[in-house]
Amino acid sequence: MSAPDLPASPAQGMPGVPPSGTGPLAAAHRGRAGSLGWHLGALVILAVILYPVVWVMGASFKPSKDIINSLTLFPADPILSNFRGFADGIADISIWRFFQNSLFYGLGSVVGVLISCSLTSYAFARIRFAGRNLLFSLMIGTLLLPYHVLLIPQYVMFQKLGLVNTYTPLLIGKYLATEAFFVFLMVQFMRNLPRELDEAARLDGCGHLRIYWSIVLPLCRPALITSAIFTFINAWNDFMGPLIYLNEPGKYTVSLGLMMFRDSDGVAANYGGMIAMSLVALVPVLLFFLAFQRYLIDGMATSGLKG
Amino acid sequence: MGTPVTLVKDSVPARAARPAAAPAGRPGRRRENLAGYLFMSPWIAGFLLLTAGPMVASLYFAFTDYNLFNSPRWVGFDNFTKMFDDPRWQKSVEVTAKYVVIGTPLKLLLALGVALLLAQSRRGQAFYRAAFYAPSLIGASVSVGFVWRSLFSDGAIVDRTQTFLGFHVGGWVGNADWVLYCLVALTVWQFGAPMVIFLAGLKQVPRELYEAAEMDGAGAFRRFWNITLPTISPVLFFNVLLETIHSFQIFGSAYVVSNTYCGPADATLVYTCYLYQQGFRNAQMGFAAAMAWMLLLAVALVTAVLFWSQNKWVHYAEEAR
Repeated sequence: MSAPDLPASPAQGMPGVPPSGTGPLAAAHRGRAGSLGWHLGALVILAVILYPVVWVMGASFKPSKDIINSLTLFPADPILSNFRGFADGIADISIWRFFQNSLFYGLGSVVGVLISCSLTSYAFARIRFAGRNLLFSLMIGTLLLPYHVLLIPQYVMFQKLGLVNTYTPLLIGKYLATEAFFVFLMVQFMRNLPRELDEAARLDGCGHLRIYWSIVLPLCRPALITSAIFTFINAWNDFMGPLIYLNEPGKYTVSLGLMMFRDSDGVAANYGGMIAMSLVALVPVLLFFLAFQRYLIDGMATSGLKG
Repeated sequence: MGTPVTLVKDSVPARAARPAAAPAGRPGRRRENLAGYLFMSPWIAGFLLLTAGPMVASLYFAFTDYNLFNSPRWVGFDNFTKMFDDPRWQKSVEVTAKYVVIGTPLKLLLALGVALLLAQSRRGQAFYRAAFYAPSLIGASVSVGFVWRSLFSDGAIVDRTQTFLGFHVGGWVGNADWVLYCLVALTVWQFGAPMVIFLAGLKQVPRELYEAAEMDGAGAFRRFWNITLPTISPVLFFNVLLETIHSFQIFGSAYVVSNTYCGPADATLVYTCYLYQQGFRNAQMGFAAAMAWMLLLAVALVTAVLFWSQNKWVHYAEEAR
C-alpha cells in the first residue's frame, strides 16, 4: 500500500468532478487553465466562507445605525465607542467577568477531560480486563445518544442537590469521562503505540500507573493537545449548558453575557456594543485555531477513519 | 454540544491478540482486571450517574406529570397522546425534519465537492483546507448567531443581493417562509468538518486504480462513480450518520438566530427548542422527558436504517491495516 499521502504530482490528482459551477472543467486539471480555474474556484468559496468573519470585524467599528445597512465592509471613519462596554460593563457587571467565567469553565473542562479521558482510554487500549468489550461498546453507544434525553433528569438531580447556579453540573461530566469523543480519540491513538514499550517497562518492574504516566501519556501528546483544544472551544461556545444551569448574571459565561445585550423585547438596545463583544468573544477561538490548526484538522481527519 | 463525534467499525479487542509475554497466571489476570476497573472508574461512575441513571429516570418521568416541585404523578401514556395532538409539537417535528432533510444533504454535498476540488493537491491546498474548516469551530457560538441574524436582516447584504438579482423577499429572519433557510445556510457554512474527513478518505484511494481506469478510457465521471465513491463510502457513511444525528439536535443557533422565541410563527421551532420551552419555561418536566424519548427513538430509528442500508452501499476494504 502506498503511504496515505498526497498524490505526488498535480497531474495525477483526483479525477475532477467539481462542485457545480465553481471548479475547473473535468479534464482541464492538467494544464495552466485548470490551475487557474482551481484557484479561482477556491478563492470564490474562500470569499463566501470568510465574509461573515470579515464583516463582524468591520461592523464592530461602525455606528449602530450603519451596521446592518451599510455594505462597505470597513467604515471610512471607524469608531471605538462600541467597545466602551468593556470599560463600563453591562447592567453593572464588568464584561471581563463573563470572560473570566468562560475561561474558568474552559480551563476546568480541559483539566477534567485530560485526566479522566486519558485514564479511561489507557484502560481500553492497554489493559486486558474482563468486560472490556462490553464497556467499549457502551462507550461508543453514548457517542450517538442525543444529549437531550439526559437533560431533564440531570437537571432534576442537580436541582435536588442544590447545585443549580453553580458550575458543578457543567464541569462534573468532564471529570467523569462522559466526553466519549475524546476517549475514543485517545484510544485510537494509544492503540497505535508500539506494545514493546510497555513490555520492556513491565520487565523493568513498572506497574500500569508508571507506564501510563511515564510512557503512554508523553507519547500521546498530539491526541492530548487536540482534545484539550476541542474541549476548550466547546466549553467557550457552549450555550445550552450555561443557559439551563446558570441564572445569576455574575456567573454568566460569554455566551450568556452576549444575550444580555437584548432588552426584554429581544431587541438589541446597543447593537454596536453587541457586535463588538461578539467579535471579542470569537478572538480566543480564532487564536487557538491559528496556533493549533494542524492538531485540530488532523484530529478531525483521523476521527473519521478507522485506526 | 458542538463536539465532533465519531464512530468506528472495529473495536478495541480486535487488536488485543497479544504476544505471550503477558503475565499469564491467575493472580496476574486478577491484578489486570483490578487495574482495568480502577483506571476506568471515572468513566464507570460517569456512565452510571450521568448517563444510565438519567436515562432510566427520564423514561419514568415520561409517564408522569411532573413540575419539579410536586412529586411526579403517574399518568400512563397521557404525555404521549397529548404530544401527538399538540399542533406545536407537530410543527416542531415538521421544522426539524425539514431542517435535517434539506440542510444535511446540502452540507455533505458541498463538503464532498470541495474536498474533491482540494484533493487535486495544488499550491495553497493546506491553506484553503484550514480556512474552510474554521467556520466549524465558531459556527455554534452565540457571536456567529448574532452575525447571522444581522446578515439576513432587512436591508443587509443578503436582502440587497437578492433584490439586485431581482427577487424581493426581504430579510430572511423576519419572514416565516424563509427563516429556516437562514439556519440551513448556517449549517451549510460549517461544511469544513465533514470536508476534512472526506479529504482524509480521498487520500487513501489507491492511485493505481485511477491509472488503470484511465488506461481503459474511463472518463472523469466513471472514475468518480466506480472508484472514488466506493472507496470513500465508509467515510461517506460516517459523515451521513453523524451529521444527521447532529442536525436533529440543533438548538443554540435556532435559539439565537430567531431571537429566543423560535419564530416568527414558530417557523424555527426546532424540536429541542420546544423541548426547552416545555421543560424549562413551562416546567412540564414529564412532557419534556416524553419528547426527549421520542427524539431518542427517532435518532435510533435513523441510525438503525443507516446501519441496515450500509450493506448495500458501503464497501469496507478487507482490513485496511
